[in-house]
Amino acid sequence: MTRIDQTFARLRAEGRKAFVSYIMAGDPDTATSLAVMKGLPGAGVDIIELGMPFTDPMADGPTIQLAGQRALDAGQTLEKTLAMAAEFRKGDDRTPLVMMGYYNPIYSRGVDRFLTDAKAAGIDGLIVVDLPPEEDDELCIPAQKAGLNFIRLATPTTDDARLPKVLQNTSGFVYYVSITGITGAAAPEAADVAPEVARIKAATDLPVIVGFGITTPEAAEAIAGIADGCVVGSAIVKDIGEGRPVAEVLARVAALAEGAHRG
Amino acid sequence: MPDDRVNSFMTGPDEQGRFGIFGGRFVSETLMPLILELERQYEIAKTDDTFWAEMDDLWTHYVGRPSPLYHASRLTEHLGGAKIYMKRDELNHTGAHKINNVLGQIILARRMGKTRIIAETGAGQHGVATATVCAKFGLKCIVYMGAHDVERQAPNVFRMRLLGAEVVPVTSGRGTLKDAMNDALRDWVTNVRDTFYCIGTVAGPHPYPAMVRDFQSIIGKEVRWQLAEQEGEGRLPDTVVAAIGGGSNAMGLFFPFLDDPSVKIIGVEAGGKGVDDRMEHCASLTGGRPGVLHGNRTYLLQDDDGQILEGFSISAGLDYPGIGPEHAWLHDTGRAEYVSITDAEALEAFQLSCALEGIIPALEPSHALAHVMKIAPTLPKEHIIVMNMCGRGDKDIFTVAKHLGFDMKI
Repeated sequence: MTRIDQTFARLRAEGRKAFVSYIMAGDPDTATSLAVMKGLPGAGVDIIELGMPFTDPMADGPTIQLAGQRALDAGQTLEKTLAMAAEFRKGDDRTPLVMMGYYNPIYSRGVDRFLTDAKAAGIDGLIVVDLPPEEDDELCIPAQKAGLNFIRLATPTTDDARLPKVLQNTSGFVYYVSITGITGAAAPEAADVAPEVARIKAATDLPVIVGFGITTPEAAEAIAGIADGCVVGSAIVKDIGEGRPVAEVLARVAALAEGAHRG
Repeated sequence: MPDDRVNSFMTGPDEQGRFGIFGGRFVSETLMPLILELERQYEIAKTDDTFWAEMDDLWTHYVGRPSPLYHASRLTEHLGGAKIYMKRDELNHTGAHKINNVLGQIILARRMGKTRIIAETGAGQHGVATATVCAKFGLKCIVYMGAHDVERQAPNVFRMRLLGAEVVPVTSGRGTLKDAMNDALRDWVTNVRDTFYCIGTVAGPHPYPAMVRDFQSIIGKEVRWQLAEQEGEGRLPDTVVAAIGGGSNAMGLFFPFLDDPSVKIIGVEAGGKGVDDRMEHCASLTGGRPGVLHGNRTYLLQDDDGQILEGFSISAGLDYPGIGPEHAWLHDTGRAEYVSITDAEALEAFQLSCALEGIIPALEPSHALAHVMKIAPTLPKEHIIVMNMCGRGDKDIFTVAKHLGFDMKI
């Protein structure tokens, strides 16, 4: 059982929904993003997605793109992102860490080396946007063997015929992308998302977490209410990008977390 | 052609869309079903006679194919070695090879019921070709173009607008061709139902590299029969040479000759200011290493951390940090040789073609020609070189004037 599995078991026992939040590692610099990261569990975050910056984030909207650029301009590397995770782990052995990003920096480091380092840094799961099930041999299967969860995205274009293929090698949870589009796009209506979540839950026992477009505590509550939890990324990253103090960013996170936990 | 398909270079890609380790389908889940559907529809179209009949008709009457195979006699004499032929794809409608592929994709899009076409463009040639065919068929066309290129290539931007296309300047990332491709992919992810993404080169997720190659292969197929007509039955070129950015004109010339071992195949990458640690070039094969970008694994210009670098070249059409995956495979298997040519060498070839043959070439084929200038003098007179004159140089005269210190203000 990874920390992700344990977290969902605990939340289920408590009858609560999960609040997942995303930050970009190294944005605007390593120290600031580590300070935000360390404050997330206290602000009510159940699972942390740690973004790995990439020059060409094809599935992301402007907010996340700019965050990645800021991080890269400040000298962030995969090495430093792994070190951030390890540093966080020294003070928190409970909150699951999921690294999220694109394949090339991982491929460039070497899959085996990356998995060894990620495991040693206390990483629990991976979300790699440009690795669909058709490319499972690349990283998904090796990651599962190394004891990391490989969390897959399901989308509105994933029809019933394809769904089993998407779920097959997924572990930890299923991340349902509530819209066809990029991160930070328009918010989905909970009523429209509900049947899609039900469709996925009928096909798997894994928790289903919904993301993309959630920016307010009310939306977090509504979306978490029809799933096992929700993800907020761009709304938090936007605050960081505007140079708001860490405490202010964490206050926003806390409000979103409360919303999700009401769901 | 050999019957031995096991040892054939022409059977790729495999079912995973791979050429060896290269290629593949590295896209987000939202796009995956679309790419599978595209592959299914292309497999049907490709063996459908009515599809190819429509292509042939438009190639003949709209594009002006076959393009001539021209014996460049003064250039041959000047270089004093191998006999040089130019495949004149710059005489196509819109002035480059790009339209060969665009026609195929747009006919396919129409068969699939798609009404909105998106494309990325660097120098603007693929954008102009896409806007042209969309105008012809009354389809909505949106072209993503790096903001920097929009400024540099104003005439092509205006052409696209005249043709009814919407040109979207891309400011994300560094505002270059690769960023335009990112934004086109973002558009596609957002508009999955009605939109067809018309990729301009032999890159991207499977089936694009194979599909674009198939459409461009008309170039090499014509060369086969045209050379036989001029040089005698069964005569094949000894060497074929083409410039490579993403590599579509080169793949189109090379593919029909892959299984003819007597034909030497040479791809010419843009060496910019020279292929060295300064990384001011676009030579992915000579100066890059394998990585994953824009849906496929191929050679990429990247730093030690796997971050993608910007290419640099005098030619905006070669200004891409990757290369088609089939080229990466042909490189690794040794079937094709890849070399690089600097900006300065390309400029010299550009001027020589103008002076000796009365042909103003685009800067892209000027790279191929520059390599021909290097090798032709070392080869015997009976050695036949075919180089792909894949685009005309009208679009480049401002750039060339600037480099030659000529004041264009009248």
